[in-house]
Amino acid sequence: MRGCWIIAGLTLREAARKKVMWTALLAGLGFLALFATALHFQIQDLDARSTTAFIRYQILSAMLMVALYVVDLLAVVMSILTSVDTISGEIASGTIQAIATKPIPRWHALIGKWLGFAGMIAVFVALTFGGTIAVAYAMSGVAPDHAIVGGALVLLECLLALTITLTVGTWFSTITSGVIVIGLHGLAFMGGWLEQMSGFTQSARLATVGVVTSLIMPSEAIWRRAEFDMQTPLAAALPFSPFATVSIPSTAMMGYAVVYLVIALIVGMYHFHRRDL
Amino acid sequence: MSNLSLTVPRGSIFGYLGPNGAGKSTSIKMLLGLVKPSGGEAMLLGQPAGTVQVRRRIGFLPEHFRFYEWLTPAELLRLHGRLCGMSASQLNERVPRMLELVGLMPHRDKRVRDFSKGMMQRIGLAQALIHEPEIVFLDEPTSGLDPMGRRVVRDVIRAQRERGATVFLNSHLLSEVEVTCDNVAFLKGGEVVASRNLQAFNREAVSVTVEARNISPQLLAGLADRGVSASLEGERLSATVGSPDDLPELLRHLVCSGAQVYAFTPRQASLEELFVRIMGEDRGL
Repeated sequence: MRGCWIIAGLTLREAARKKVMWTALLAGLGFLALFATALHFQIQDLDARSTTAFIRYQILSAMLMVALYVVDLLAVVMSILTSVDTISGEIASGTIQAIATKPIPRWHALIGKWLGFAGMIAVFVALTFGGTIAVAYAMSGVAPDHAIVGGALVLLECLLALTITLTVGTWFSTITSGVIVIGLHGLAFMGGWLEQMSGFTQSARLATVGVVTSLIMPSEAIWRRAEFDMQTPLAAALPFSPFATVSIPSTAMMGYAVVYLVIALIVGMYHFHRRDL
Repeated sequence: MSNLSLTVPRGSIFGYLGPNGAGKSTSIKMLLGLVKPSGGEAMLLGQPAGTVQVRRRIGFLPEHFRFYEWLTPAELLRLHGRLCGMSASQLNERVPRMLELVGLMPHRDKRVRDFSKGMMQRIGLAQALIHEPEIVFLDEPTSGLDPMGRRVVRDVIRAQRERGATVFLNSHLLSEVEVTCDNVAFLKGGEVVASRNLQAFNREAVSVTVEARNISPQLLAGLADRGVSASLEGERLSATVGSPDDLPELLRHLVCSGAQVYAFTPRQASLEELFVRIMGEDRGL
């Protein structure tokens, strides 16, 4: 595993040296500042209107869920964009040749990159997701239920996006890989909404389409489960709102997502090991 | 590739020659495990080529050397050394020595992104040699280098032979190969069509141009009797002898037969001429 740790360290150092890490963190801080400003004005308005504590809590909770949804989206996009060029780009430029001829198994390079990016993404999620909850709690006293579970699920979704990006990158060019992974995420997004719709319209066939889409790419299902775990009981009871989880992805679906990630990583390792460079 | 079979003596510098598309880089990549052959097997140092065990004993400079340009040359060498399993203390000693060897010590604090093509070649050569491998594969190591850079690379290659390593050199610069290599193989259409020991090659046929007067028909007939092919154009005689050792006898025969010799210029066939002879003329353009 020596090669894995060397490449993981190199990946982190590259992210820091090329300012990728700092730019991502700056974007996260910018988002937190925007959220804090919006929350500040919302609290002022609620106070001015003497809103009841119950309604106040629901409105601020809804704001927090919107912010966490944006954090989730931001983190997934960061996971894809920062890692999409690492394998395919190095294969195209020939950079990988000098590494692949060193005395480490070739898959060590892939796992090393995965570990490096996973570490970076974990820091990003901890700071932005944790930061958003901390800002909301400090300013309004509102906190989501099961925040740790929610954060872990958001991280799982990001790691799934990272894994698929790296695996697809062992086959295709950077641009093609980006299109495929973003396309898959879009598919999952659409599937998630179809499943939501099915809960509202009681359409079994629509639900089937949604479930099949989630099986093809379970990323959006992971977010919907995180959202369900974190939202307030009132929001959960609302039948049709952007953040009401009408159709709740099961724990089995989360297990499926983990297995999906592991299999995707193994497929990527195998193909990277076998392919010509 | 088809029926590719090579024997490379240990501790020698081996030139791997052939026109573009002959399969030189592909076959090197197969030996390094970068490309999987559709059939057959390759052995390197007595073991199947491309395994981790074999890669520990080889170094490689790719034809188009690209690397993480955000690193400094010392960081780059440390990374490659660590990947080769070298310890921190070994690297502390080896990295400055390698930078000195390839002439990059004055540029040790620059980022690789600021390097010229020639400097990239030099750092690429250093990373291939950092762990003192038994076999070094160099794919076009002198392309993009100025004459001084070429000389540095030539000296480094010879130094590898002196420490007992085998150098496998793929190059289009035949003049470089001619002065550096001990053996060469010619590759065409994925097959080795000829190989030469360059020491023996230097003992092969020599053509000589003689500027002389009083060259009689009897003299020319005498040359034919001695097995020397010759042709006369005015006062210029062109002859070919079997080896450089035949030159004194040829000159003696000319003088003894009454020819007045003004110039006697032997000329060895170059590796380039041999290359063209083996490969055939390029019918492009």
